[in-house]
Amino acid sequence: MSKKTTYTLPIGPIHPALKEPVAFEFETDGERIINVDFHVGHVHRGIEWIGMHRNPVQILYIAERICGICNICHPIAFCRAVENAAGIEVPERADYIRVIMAELERIHSHILWAGVAAHEIGFDTVLHLSWAMREKVLDLIEYLTGNRITKAIMAVGGVRRDITENQYPTINNALNYYKENLDTIKSVFLDDKSIQMRAKNCGILTKEDALKLCAVGPTTRASGVKKDVRVDQAYCAYGDLNIDYMTPDLLTGEVNGDVYDRIVVRLLEVEQSIDLIEQCIDMLPAGDIMAEPKIPKLLAMLKKVEGDGIGRAEAPRGEVIHYVKLKAGDAPFTWKVRAPTYNNLLPWVPMLLGEEVADIPIVAASTDPCLSCTNRAIVIKGNKREVLDNEALHRMSVEKTRRLAL
Amino acid sequence: MKKQQLETLKKSLWVFHMNTGSCNGCDIEIVAALTPRYDIERFGMMLVGTPRHADVLLITGPLIKKMEDKVKRVYEQMPEPKVVIVVGNCGSTGGVFHESYSVAGPIDKVIPVDVYVPGCPPRPEAIINGVAKAWLKLERLEGKK
Ligand code: SF4
Repeated sequence: MSKKTTYTLPIGPIHPALKEPVAFEFETDGERIINVDFHVGHVHRGIEWIGMHRNPVQILYIAERICGICNICHPIAFCRAVENAAGIEVPERADYIRVIMAELERIHSHILWAGVAAHEIGFDTVLHLSWAMREKVLDLIEYLTGNRITKAIMAVGGVRRDITENQYPTINNALNYYKENLDTIKSVFLDDKSIQMRAKNCGILTKEDALKLCAVGPTTRASGVKKDVRVDQAYCAYGDLNIDYMTPDLLTGEVNGDVYDRIVVRLLEVEQSIDLIEQCIDMLPAGDIMAEPKIPKLLAMLKKVEGDGIGRAEAPRGEVIHYVKLKAGDAPFTWKVRAPTYNNLLPWVPMLLGEEVADIPIVAASTDPCLSCTNRAIVIKGNKREVLDNEALHRMSVEKTRRLAL
Repeated sequence: MKKQQLETLKKSLWVFHMNTGSCNGCDIEIVAALTPRYDIERFGMMLVGTPRHADVLLITGPLIKKMEDKVKRVYEQMPEPKVVIVVGNCGSTGGVFHESYSVAGPIDKVIPVDVYVPGCPPRPEAIINGVAKAWLKLERLEGKK
C-alpha cells in the first residue's frame, strides 16, 4: 500500500476572512489539520524606528496608530512608561478618566469582535446586530473625546479632556442602553443552537498550554488562567475599584478553553466594563487632569530626562507592555512595544491541530488577533542597533543557504 | 457641480477591500459603513471575497514593502473597467508612517488611484462619499466603451 500523502493548503496573505493580511500554511490530511505554520510581517510599518526619530509628545500620535482598535491602551502604556522614566505624578482625576476611556474601548472592541466572530461562522445577521449596538458606544466616545476611532485623549502626565457633570446623563443613557440590550446578544451567543454547535469543543486551548505559551487576555482567561493586569498589577485607578478575573465558570460553571468559552469571557467582560465605568463616575475625584498642562514646558523637562520606564496595561486582547529608554535630547534612545497578539499567536497551533479546515476562520478569530499591533521588529546586536527590514532578512536567509550549501 | 451628482444607480458596485498594512482604524470604519447605521448595502454595494468579482478596489494602509507585489497582482486580477479608492491618510500620502523604512507607498506610486478619502480615519460618511465619486467615474469609463 502506498504511503498516505498530506496536502499543503496555503491561505493568505490576502484573504477574505480576517481583515488583516497574514499567511497560513496548513498541512492537511483530508479535512483534518495536522500541521500549522504562519507568516506575519505584512503590516510591519517600522513604528518603533519612527518613534526613535520623534519626541515623546509626537510619539503619542504613532502609539495611537499602532492599532485602530486599541488606541487607548497603547497610549496609556506609552504614557505610563514615559511617566515612569521621568517620575511624573499623574493627577488622580486623570487616572479615573483613563480607566473610563479604557473600559469604553473594551466595550467597543469586544462587541466588534462578537460581530466578526459571528461573521466567521456565517451568521451575518448577528454581525449587523452587534455592530449596530456598537455604534452607541462610539457615539459616547465621540461625545467625550471628539473622535470616533482615534480618540487622541491621552497625554503624557494626564488626559487632554475632562469629563464634566453635565455629561453624566448622556453617559448613563448609553450605559443603560447596553444594560438593557446586552441580553439580546448574550442570548444569541449563549443559547443559539448553531453557534453552540460551531463553538463548543472547538479550538481547545488547555490551561497547561495557555500557561506554557504565555497566552494573555481573554484567550488565557477562557482557559481558566487567572491573569489580568488590571487586578495583578493594578494601574491607574483600578486599585480603588471592585474588579475580579472573568473566567467562563462564573457563568457556565465549567472551564473548557474552547471557542465558546472565549465568547463567554468577552461577554462577561462587557458587563464588567459597564460596572467599572459606573464605579469610576461615582468616585471621580476633583482636581487637575494634567500634571503639566503646558506642553512646551513638559517637552523641555522630558528632554533632560535620562533613564528608562515600563508601562503595562490590559488591552481588550490582553497585556500590552511599552518600554522606553530616554536619553538627553529630543527622541528616545529606544522604544519597545509588546502587543498581546504576539503572545496569542502561538496558541493558534494547539488550537488548530486536529480541527477541520472549515473551523480555521472561527478558531483563528477566537483569539481576536490584531496583527497591526504585532508586526514590528528591531534587533540589537552587541552595542550596535540594527533594524532588519525585508531585504536584510532576505539577504541573511540567502547567505544562510549558501553557508549550508558549502 | 450639478453634473457631478449621481442621478440613477445603474448597477450594483462590488467592492474588494484590501489592507496593505493599515492600523485597522480605516478598516473598521469601512465595515461600519456596511452595517446598519450607514448601511451602504441598500445601494447595492457589497464587499466581495475576490478581486476577480470586483468593480472597486478599496485600499487602506501605507503600503508595506512586503505587500507591494501583492497589491499589483490584486489590481491586475480585477476586470475592466475598474476604479481604485484609497481610504485614509496613510495610503494617500504616507501619513504618520511617511518616513518609515518599510513603507513602499503611497499607493499611487504602485497603481493608479482614482479617488482619495483623507482622514485618519475618515468617517463612514466620507467613505460613502468617496464610493459615490468612484461610481461617477465608473459610469464615465463605461460610457466611453
Ligand atoms: S489613515 Fe490613520 S486610521 Fe487609517 S489606517 Fe492609516 S493610520 Fe490607521
